Amino acid sequence: MATRAIVGEKIGMTQVFDAEHRVVPVTVVKVRPLRVVQVKTPAREGYSALQVTYGVRRAGALTKGEAGHFARAGVEPGRRLVELRVDDTTGYTVGQEIDAAVLTAGQKVDVTAVSKGKGFAGGMKRHNFKGQGASHGNHKKHRAPGSIGACATPARVFKGTRMAGHMGAERVTTLNLEVVEADAEREIVLVRGAVPGPRGSLVVLRDAVKGGAK
Amino acid sequence: MNPTDLVDHAYLRDDVPAFRPGDTLKVHVRVVEGTRERIQVFQGAVIRRQGSGARETFSVRKVSFGVGVERTFPVHSPIISKIEMVTEGDVRRAKLYYLRDRVGKAAKIKERRTAR
Repeated sequence: MATRAIVGEKIGMTQVFDAEHRVVPVTVVKVRPLRVVQVKTPAREGYSALQVTYGVRRAGALTKGEAGHFARAGVEPGRRLVELRVDDTTGYTVGQEIDAAVLTAGQKVDVTAVSKGKGFAGGMKRHNFKGQGASHGNHKKHRAPGSIGACATPARVFKGTRMAGHMGAERVTTLNLEVVEADAEREIVLVRGAVPGPRGSLVVLRDAVKGGAK
Repeated sequence: MNPTDLVDHAYLRDDVPAFRPGDTLKVHVRVVEGTRERIQVFQGAVIRRQGSGARETFSVRKVSFGVGVERTFPVHSPIISKIEMVTEGDVRRAKLYYLRDRVGKAAKIKERRTAR
């Protein structure tokens, strides 16, 4: 699990130039200062995590339950509550502020977000099937999946056979993306490469769990 | 305004002259050889300018020893030390790909005459 984690909003992609004048494709993530609302510990909740919030939400938009939760923590109500799983919560206290400075340029992070929904997608888009020939007498079967099994034995289609169906809008983690820049003052983190999800969606950045000895 | 403009802003150059397809430019390119850096000049006609903001690029075509050479640069690239305008061209289209099929006098671009 991660030792450092932070949550932000995907703004979009652009490109920057590195020290060797090369173009680096980056995703811009807006990381507003987070406020710790609750510290979850193995002793009490059975696992360690931080519950954080960011931004502001007017009091009228809160349910009484939420209002009580924020009031008990003594934290100003935020846009939403997000739980960040971390290895060790010592050093974190309720009400503490966390900002983009927890990340440093050059480190690798894993980025988790809900991917863009693709709706009901066919086999070619969803499972990278090859489809069928454009010609040689093919008729209305250009993007069909082909065979989905044998005949009288087994006389059924095996479970888990890859077919058309709903694609996207699921939780996806992209591993080992490099942090190009982390600026707490501008509340911006630049991550090299693409990040799952549409613009404006919530993304969680954590220390890379894989990526060798580093 | 694009949402990423605030990030791009720091990387945009403000010393890029106004040039367009058909113009002849001298592009002073920084070339790093080992630890030494020197300037190489690439002179030719702009045949394309595309994109916007930090992603904008342009292509310069020249004929070197009878071989056509095209180079594409990001407009805001720090690899360019200077862009020098040589002549302004008078052309009727935005993409001058037709120059690739032409040699000699046919590949000449008419110069723009501006009454100043």
